[in-house]
Amino acid sequence: MTAAAIEVQHLTKRFGSFTALDDLSLKIEGAKCVGFLGPNGAGKTTTLKMVTDMIFPTKGECFLNGVSVQSNRKVALSAAGVLIESPEIYPSLTPYEALEMVADVRGVPRAEWKGRIDEVLAEVKMSDWADKKVGRFSKGMKQRINIAAALVHDPQILILDEPATGLDPRGMAEVRTIVRGLKKRNRLIFMSSHILAEVTDVCDEVALIDHGKLRFYDTLPNILSRFSAGQSTIDAAFSRPLAPADVTAQITSLPGVEGVETLDPRRVRIKFSGGLATQENVLKALAGSGLGLVAFNETSSALEEIYLSQIERGD
Amino acid sequence: MAAPTVTPELDSAGAARRLGPTYAQVVKLSRYQIRDYLRSYRYILMFGLVTIIGSILTLAVGYYRPASLISDPLAFYGTLWGGGSVVVIVFAAVIFGGDAIAGEFQNKTGYFLMGLPLRREAIYAGKYLAALVASLTALAFYLVILVANGLYYFGGSAFPWQLGESVVLAIVYLLAVLGATFLFSSLFKTSTYATLVVAVLFLFGFSILQALVTDLAKIEPWFIISYADSIIGNAFLNPYPAHITVTTATRFMPSETVYTPTVAEGVVIMLGYFAVTTLAGLGLFEREEFT
Ligand SMILES: Nc1ncnc2c1ncn2[C@@H]1O[C@H](COP(=O)(O)OP(=O)(O)O)[C@@H](O)[C@H]1O
Ligand SMILES: [Mg+2]
Repeated sequence: MTAAAIEVQHLTKRFGSFTALDDLSLKIEGAKCVGFLGPNGAGKTTTLKMVTDMIFPTKGECFLNGVSVQSNRKVALSAAGVLIESPEIYPSLTPYEALEMVADVRGVPRAEWKGRIDEVLAEVKMSDWADKKVGRFSKGMKQRINIAAALVHDPQILILDEPATGLDPRGMAEVRTIVRGLKKRNRLIFMSSHILAEVTDVCDEVALIDHGKLRFYDTLPNILSRFSAGQSTIDAAFSRPLAPADVTAQITSLPGVEGVETLDPRRVRIKFSGGLATQENVLKALAGSGLGLVAFNETSSALEEIYLSQIERGD
Repeated sequence: MAAPTVTPELDSAGAARRLGPTYAQVVKLSRYQIRDYLRSYRYILMFGLVTIIGSILTLAVGYYRPASLISDPLAFYGTLWGGGSVVVIVFAAVIFGGDAIAGEFQNKTGYFLMGLPLRREAIYAGKYLAALVASLTALAFYLVILVANGLYYFGGSAFPWQLGESVVLAIVYLLAVLGATFLFSSLFKTSTYATLVVAVLFLFGFSILQALVTDLAKIEPWFIISYADSIIGNAFLNPYPAHITVTTATRFMPSETVYTPTVAEGVVIMLGYFAVTTLAGLGLFEREEFT
């Protein structure tokens, strides 16, 4: 039996009397992306900082590949690439030099430095800036270098804390592309995020935390079916506004449909039971209905609804 | 991807083997820190300071030509190196060490370093080593200025062996001052406080304390570093002063006991400061959180 890539046991962190993280246990293994989801202040960064020995647990312990982070950070962190809290890089260094430092300290053979650094800089689209001082970079550019720094030694485990922080929409999409590429190469990515779309897009599994407590940890499909109680949701769009009468007559009445919500005059959200069979029939009926169906999508809000129902109101 | 890819680090044992021993990591880390120092305003500031101090001394000696100094290399170095090196050392220590640890917290660069597979001691030691090397270059620059003057005034006898001894003692003093600077840098997590406290302590705090201890308690101030650092200047005295001198009482002054540290004693005290401050600083850094 080999140890899990990331294991967290009864992890608790108190700041004074405030409990930022409460008895979190998680075991993550395999080649996939695990989203660590939760609202601001949920305890995501706190958790990841303990997993990388930046702060100390009040209780509990973290292991990377079975090596305790708390008692041997050097070996434990050796197989991981880490990006936490958007670090600053020494401003007088260039991206190339900063990555060289990482490669050097991490023991990447010198002959591989250049190839590796060029490769990761290309991956984060920063090749043109390789020899400029980091000090003048924008937040987003620095974050790209930070991502490159986490990748430079081609780690088996990636621990990323809100990697999209400071990035423009293009940058966010590029991060997702990088994560997908890593999954294909059998890497494990443990990535915190408060952005649902990002998590649904690239993650295979989700651990949701709120107020320092783990709500659930499961695969995305399991979560969706578990919390939607057999119900699925579809968003449909039409070329022209729908009359309320048409909605009732032609959509609500379809077999399996349990509710229709009008999102705007041209779009509705359809809740139905009966899984793919119902979905197929609804699509067929709408396409042939003369209502002018132009789009029929699985809703991205399924996880959002679960998310909202699972996290406590902060007010 | 067409570019070459390294062997993935599929298990921690293999990855750890690649890391190499901690001392090698310390040296690696310090190389990049030194690179950062060399390019930072700190280096310019430090070399500017040494240039100013060196120019003032060169001009003053050249203009006034004090006979006591330019006739005797030992007196020359005893005054200019003995008195100046300790000031250069304190400036170098605060400029290179003041924010060494504090800056990692203040500037958020710590999150970058702490993501690396380095023991915390390795980070502390690597930064110490870098600050030490940077300070040594500043000290060497000061030495070069003095030796250039020495060559001008004394020609072939510009290199008394006592200068070598004193340089070694100054380096030991540097170890101690940097040790203290690193301690305060990790204690306050704010470079301004670390810089202020070290400058105040080492430029006059310890001297005042020493005067108080000798005058009031009338004991040998062996636990005060300003007492120990006098060996840097005393190294040029011939004969070396006795450990304890009791002055004879006069009509106006009672007899007084004057303590002079022996070279060995001074070295032990300075190394003691280095050891205690470094252990304390490391102990603090081991427990510090990057929140
Ligand atoms: N150093 C600290 N002192 C006190 N409270 C803290 C500290 N760091 C984090 N917290 C609190 O812990 C909670 C979790 O924070 P964090 O882990 O950063 O949340 P997030 O999920 O947004 O990353 C927040 O309520 C935050 O205010
Ligand atoms: Mg956070």
